[in-house]
Amino acid sequence: MNIFSALASQFRTMWRILLHTFTRAETVQYPEQKPYLAPRYRGRIVLTLDPDGDERCVACNLCAAACPPDCIALQQGTREDGRWYPEFFRINFSRCIMCGLCEEACPTNAIQLIPDFEMCEYDRSSMVYEKEHLMIDGPGKYHDYNFYRVAGMEIEGKAKGEAQNEAPPIDVRSLLP
Amino acid sequence: MSETMTIIFAISVMLAAVGGAAVLTWFERRLLGIWQDRYGPNRLGPGGILQVVADMLKLLTKHDWVPPFADRWVFIFAPTAIVVAMLLGFAVVPFGPGLHIIDVNIGLLFFIGMTSLAVYSVLLGGLASNNKYALLGGLRSAAQMVSYEVFMGLSLMGVVMLSGSFSMQDIVESQRDGWYCVSQSLGLFVFTIAAIAESHRLPFDLPEAEHELTAGFHTEYSGMKFAMFMLGEYLGLILISCMITTLFFGGWLAPFGATWLPPIVWFSLKTFIIICFFVLLRAAIPRPRYDQLMSLGWKVMLPLTLVNLVVTGAVALWMQGA
Ligand code: SF4
Ligand code: SF4
Repeated sequence: MNIFSALASQFRTMWRILLHTFTRAETVQYPEQKPYLAPRYRGRIVLTLDPDGDERCVACNLCAAACPPDCIALQQGTREDGRWYPEFFRINFSRCIMCGLCEEACPTNAIQLIPDFEMCEYDRSSMVYEKEHLMIDGPGKYHDYNFYRVAGMEIEGKAKGEAQNEAPPIDVRSLLP
Repeated sequence: MSETMTIIFAISVMLAAVGGAAVLTWFERRLLGIWQDRYGPNRLGPGGILQVVADMLKLLTKHDWVPPFADRWVFIFAPTAIVVAMLLGFAVVPFGPGLHIIDVNIGLLFFIGMTSLAVYSVLLGGLASNNKYALLGGLRSAAQMVSYEVFMGLSLMGVVMLSGSFSMQDIVESQRDGWYCVSQSLGLFVFTIAAIAESHRLPFDLPEAEHELTAGFHTEYSGMKFAMFMLGEYLGLILISCMITTLFFGGWLAPFGATWLPPIVWFSLKTFIIICFFVLLRAAIPRPRYDQLMSLGWKVMLPLTLVNLVVTGAVALWMQGA
């Protein structure tokens, strides 16, 4: 009896496969036909500007620390107006695994992953992107966020206590009993 | 046919068989693609047919390497054997009325003999490679083919009994009043399974079983020698399909008296459909375990064949008596 049910199962399988003659292929004909990439797809990395058009990255190194294959390198510098910025910012895309941890770690929303994965190069060193290759001319996914307007750090044009939801600073020496 | 005609015909059959095998590599992949909801090779040329040329160029330009630890001459001989044996098998195929290379009175035996010779190719290839995977593949193929050989021959004896001849043309002629796929359906079933095992195609490709044995007996082969193995396998597929057509589906006889197509076209059409069926088997059925294969062969297929043999014999005798 077992053998008959086994045989029937084989024939049923063959019939079911034969019916697939009339189903459409799932294949996406890639170079001509682009696959749908969700807006939050994790692809090529960009550095964004805040709504005022200033560099967002404060060179805190959190992304570099979070990066599992260690492919981010940067150097912190300070501008005259008191803002921190990366003197250079380098991502080695031949090592990047597009995990998005850098984006998660970034306190300023500067570093963002975008839906683009077409980064083929003949030369391996062309996979190393410098700051001018990474920088884009806009705020990316977060339109209103400006780190210096919510953080307490003092920069030119914004003294301590002037940030959003920030209380004026207290002179601790005046707190006498 | 005169002697020169026969030679010309033989050469054209050979070219057609080899060309057919080449096209089949592409056709099979496209058909598998359709059944697995994808496209298969569709880029090069119309429908991707030029993929055949690309594959051939690639195989021709690959490093033709004989591993230093291999048994050199046997290693080179093995892939040739399968192609030669399979091509010789085409000699007895009747493509149409009077359209055959030779029509010997032992045609069927000749065919069985030639397919058995192909076992040597796999066996020697596995042995000469001096590689454990290849040896395991060769070992498996030896056991598989020898055990399936037994009832592959026996399953055809029903056909021989009914037609009373080993000659292929006579067998076709004797199917004028009914194809043997009806009266010998059990024989057809067993022969199909044995034939798949014999040509070691999926789902019975245990000698190569790439998931367990990398590539089995042809692990060490590359370039043209590998291509020869592939050619032999596809030739085997075509040959087996030709044989099933001839023995069970009336060969070049037209179905339903539809004689408005020439016999050779009918023959090709039937063969083509059977090839598609083999591809369907490959698409649908997973590979059995090795011991399952063996027990299927000896415990199910062989008794089935014997029952078929006895019943056919009894019926044939009874018909004669009546
Ligand atoms: S996506 Fe992951 S691997 Fe790539 S730079 Fe960011 S943290 Fe590193
Ligand atoms: S990109 Fe973000 S996390 Fe990385 S250094 Fe700049 S501010 Fe810090």
